[in-house]
Amino acid sequence: MSSHDHLASSRAERLKRAAGISSNRLVATEHAVQLLEAVIEPGDRVCIEGNNQKQADFLARCIAQTDPSRVRGLHLVQSVLALPEHIDLIERGQVERIDFSFSGPQAGRLARLVENKKITIGAIHTYLELFARYFVDLTPRIALIAAQAADREGNLYTGPNTEDTPAIVEATAFKGGIVIAQVNEIVDRLPRVDIPADWVNFFIKAPTPHYIEPLFTRDPALISEIQVLMGMIAIKGLYAEYGIKRLNHGIGFDTAAIELLLPTYAAELGLRGKICTHWALNPHPTLIPAIESGFVKSVHCFGSEVGMERYTSARPDIFFVGADGSMRSNRAFSQAAGHYACDLFIGSTLQIDLDGNSSTATLDRIAGFGGAPNMGADARGRRHASPAWLRAGREAQHGAGMPRGKKLVVQIVETFREHMQPTFVERLDAWELSRTANMELPPVMIYGDDLTHVITEEGIANLLLCRSPDEREQAIRGVAGYTPVGMARDARMVENLRDRGIIRRAEDLGIRKRDATRDLLAARSIKDLVRISGGLYDPPAQFRNW
Amino acid sequence: MEKFTLTLKSVPAESLRTALCGVVSSGNLEVLVEHHGVEDACEIEVSTSAHGFRDIWEAVLNDFAREHKAGGLRLSINDAGATPAVVSLRLSQAFEIAGAP
Repeated sequence: MSSHDHLASSRAERLKRAAGISSNRLVATEHAVQLLEAVIEPGDRVCIEGNNQKQADFLARCIAQTDPSRVRGLHLVQSVLALPEHIDLIERGQVERIDFSFSGPQAGRLARLVENKKITIGAIHTYLELFARYFVDLTPRIALIAAQAADREGNLYTGPNTEDTPAIVEATAFKGGIVIAQVNEIVDRLPRVDIPADWVNFFIKAPTPHYIEPLFTRDPALISEIQVLMGMIAIKGLYAEYGIKRLNHGIGFDTAAIELLLPTYAAELGLRGKICTHWALNPHPTLIPAIESGFVKSVHCFGSEVGMERYTSARPDIFFVGADGSMRSNRAFSQAAGHYACDLFIGSTLQIDLDGNSSTATLDRIAGFGGAPNMGADARGRRHASPAWLRAGREAQHGAGMPRGKKLVVQIVETFREHMQPTFVERLDAWELSRTANMELPPVMIYGDDLTHVITEEGIANLLLCRSPDEREQAIRGVAGYTPVGMARDARMVENLRDRGIIRRAEDLGIRKRDATRDLLAARSIKDLVRISGGLYDPPAQFRNW
Repeated sequence: MEKFTLTLKSVPAESLRTALCGVVSSGNLEVLVEHHGVEDACEIEVSTSAHGFRDIWEAVLNDFAREHKAGGLRLSINDAGATPAVVSLRLSQAFEIAGAP
């Protein structure tokens, strides 16, 4: 007779083994390693929570101290491999396979492990794609998560940094898995319940609060005049033209410049209320001036940002805030919002090829994607219209065929990066990386057929209006400046594209370059942001220089 | 330090005011715009801390002389590793200031 409750009985077995360590759900900090050894079985799929923001760092340290003869053959299924302990666990031989999204600071170590065949990469996903697989074929058996606080029963409060937790816990708890939470504190009464206690098997007070990276803080002092110029081009030549109201921004200085130009340059152009009203965006400190000047109506966040807690709490009309008064973020929902409900994605990249494919991969690093490709891709399942979406669709279809809209996907880059590295290249490094790392696909961040516009200091190339692959290539070369790709342009064809408005230079848009100064930024320092927030923004120490 | 001077054909300038734009700091440059004798040529003197980019300089400066009425001007550039984007922006800014009514 076949059994239908293998997962449930396996969970019961594991919980029985842990019974000696904890009689209720609370586990003493010093017994954390022992608990992991009791409940983890060889070959388990394990998720150690973490993304580009918060990290279950204590549990990561604990799993990297478990006995490799007991805890082995693991399949890691998690957003990031960002902590040294994640890689330590692989180096200790306890992991066979990894499926992930992003490896940021550990990208170099990971590349060497792959090269030495110490680990197999299943695939590098986008965040939403990995969450989706949690509910299909990569459901975790063990989830090690991070929360701000637990009550005595094990209900969890995640505070503003809820992030990936609901997606991970839901998949694990309802498919026979075991959820273990590290918490910063244990309290009698939580401000609100983000994860109910009966989805949580164990909770442990971590010796130190979980780590959160302030990844979205861009110091306005470091924004260059070139970035101001490109921001002016984006606002006047793109946001105003299409009437972009719903959007997502990348995390670079180029888009931070746009945020800081909204209350000044965009307001002078009469665009308040006409552009940039609804966002899927982390609480970027550089958005504070636009919020305070009434430009922004709504922001849903993937996660929070260190220092923005009091500010977001005090702006419940803008942010999603609980009855307790603190913000709630949710990465899966915000990714879906960015994909389906936004008309525009704009971000930066390291390399763009002649087809418009872009990548942040370089030869000795396997960095992965994170969330950008979910936003930077046309939402083929979208069925609701908006003026911006319809106009992009008309431009793409040349007025023929079934009417359909298109997401605006924009790369904003300087033609040269640091050390005179050209951003525009004949061939992406991603090809070589896919060969050396034995990957099935070159790691492309944004595919060329999703890309609609390229903005550089040389102007805008509107790829939607190109009528042949040749025109598309020349449109890209035409804004590639003095890079080898740009110098090899067909000058006559580029002039023709300019006459047709496919390439538009600053002067074609009526933008005077002498106006492109830092004086145009609504804030020119972190201190300005604090002042404009009315003292509600509390920047982390590394951004305080006064 | 690399130094060179280019003399490029350009349409005579409408205004011949002196202008100074930018600063010599990392990734930046200063450019001084002055009057000089030859009406239909622009003389550009470049001192740069970065070696091996003369072909890019010449491309940037040729475009500048072609796209602007810069005849009769002498441009002195002190560069500390600016990208072509910054060079073009500073030249345009200096020219707009020199020609501003």
